[in-house]
Amino acid sequence: MKQSPIYLDYASTTPIDEKVLKAMAPYFGDVFYNPSSIYSLGLLAKDAVDKSRKVIAKFLNCQEEEIIFTSGGTESDNLAIFGYLENFESGHIVTSEIEHPAVYEAFKKLEGKFKVTYLQPDSNGLISPADLKKALKQNTVFVSIMYANNEIGTIQPIKEFTKILKNHKAVFHTDACQATGYLEMDVKKLGVDLLTLNGSKIYAPKGIGVLYKKKEVSIAPQIVGGDQELGLRAGTENVPGIVALARAVEIISSKNAKKEKQLQDYLIRELMQIKGVKLNGSRVRRLPNNINISVQGVEGESLLLDLDKQGIAVSTGSACSSRDLKPSRVIRAISTEKNAHESLRVTLGRFTTKKEIDIFLKVFKNSIKRFQEMSPYGRS
Amino acid sequence: MAEVKEKTGQKFIYSEIVEDHFFNPRNILKQEKEKDFDAIGEIGSPACGDVMKVYLKIRENKIVDFKWKTFGCASAIAATSILSEMAMGMDIEDAYQISAKDITEALGGLPKRKIHCSVLGDQALRKAIDSYRQKI
Repeated sequence: MKQSPIYLDYASTTPIDEKVLKAMAPYFGDVFYNPSSIYSLGLLAKDAVDKSRKVIAKFLNCQEEEIIFTSGGTESDNLAIFGYLENFESGHIVTSEIEHPAVYEAFKKLEGKFKVTYLQPDSNGLISPADLKKALKQNTVFVSIMYANNEIGTIQPIKEFTKILKNHKAVFHTDACQATGYLEMDVKKLGVDLLTLNGSKIYAPKGIGVLYKKKEVSIAPQIVGGDQELGLRAGTENVPGIVALARAVEIISSKNAKKEKQLQDYLIRELMQIKGVKLNGSRVRRLPNNINISVQGVEGESLLLDLDKQGIAVSTGSACSSRDLKPSRVIRAISTEKNAHESLRVTLGRFTTKKEIDIFLKVFKNSIKRFQEMSPYGRS
Repeated sequence: MAEVKEKTGQKFIYSEIVEDHFFNPRNILKQEKEKDFDAIGEIGSPACGDVMKVYLKIRENKIVDFKWKTFGCASAIAATSILSEMAMGMDIEDAYQISAKDITEALGGLPKRKIHCSVLGDQALRKAIDSYRQKI
């Protein structure tokens, strides 16, 4: 009998929670109207957007006018970075070597105009506040460091970063796409100026995100047109997506996170008993749903496809998933190129069960044996 | 939804030939020792980390056995596997002529960016033949 598929790639994208789907459904049908229309039907749609904005503002502990709805994490990151830096002709900007491409590539693009510092992580995948302090210059205008890493799940000390910046004019942005649902999201406590949030990682659909922007920080829109989102992001609002995102943050529960943490502890414990398997990134300062390992002598893409054949979906930082054939920049930054080729990311979610983890372990053990036997590095 | 679920593990990113050789690789070196072979060739790709090693038994200038080991992605494994079938029984002069293009075609094609890193077996084979020629 064929087992049903086991999805262990929640960091890539989450399924839509049924409660979320139910909340958003009417806005595809009965309430399909444009929130900018001033007749009563349009106002119904506007009402849904306003209410959702209120929910998300409460979730982030900010004001409603500090919420900008976007098409997702990438757009929010781009809007924060390009939008803020349009205020400057030159200067110094800081980010980390392990950012998501939505931030990293934006900084790469700005290299001509700005001097860029890429902070290096330690071997645990953590960025040091002392390094940020050292990197700051008088003309530093912008810092962007992710809250939790998308590949290795390491959690960065955001509060310590913003404390350092308290007496500095530089604005601080964090990409919180992976952190949402697991970590503190109160922007006042975090002390951030800009924060990115993404629906498709928190059981809302793809195509909806938020940029939190502190009122005092001014940015230039990157998509121009109508005056939606206080003129900072033009285009008719994605009403079903917005409603979905609000519902998604409402149903975040620490109970789920705790359950995932237990499964993670179990899985890591089991994996660490297998010869040749090593954990990438800090064991402690880590999201409760992320497991990233390297398997001696086993190439990541091969392992992924072998697991897929047996109904298990995971992810890899191996070269073959990238255009330039270079393996994961994140794993290279904390370990060796070979380890990056051998890396596998397993990410858990709200619907992961112990039974699924046990099946994964069984299949995984057989699969790596097959590749180790054909590898010239071998296990000997 | 049910239809999608049934299809999990059914679709494959490469050609059917690659799929076949990846899941059922031919002629992997298992029990035999290196010293049982007449020639060995190894090649690595610094660009993408793949490593291939071929082991040949040669009688009267003919490849009578071809075994291999590979560390690499699915297309790299399939490429070495199909090469072992292509070269088996061949005269070493002819086997020396097998090109990356021949292997790629035999596999039913590969994504362009994968060719230069996955298809290294021909080089490993030539290295093995070179070492054999030097030896005799």
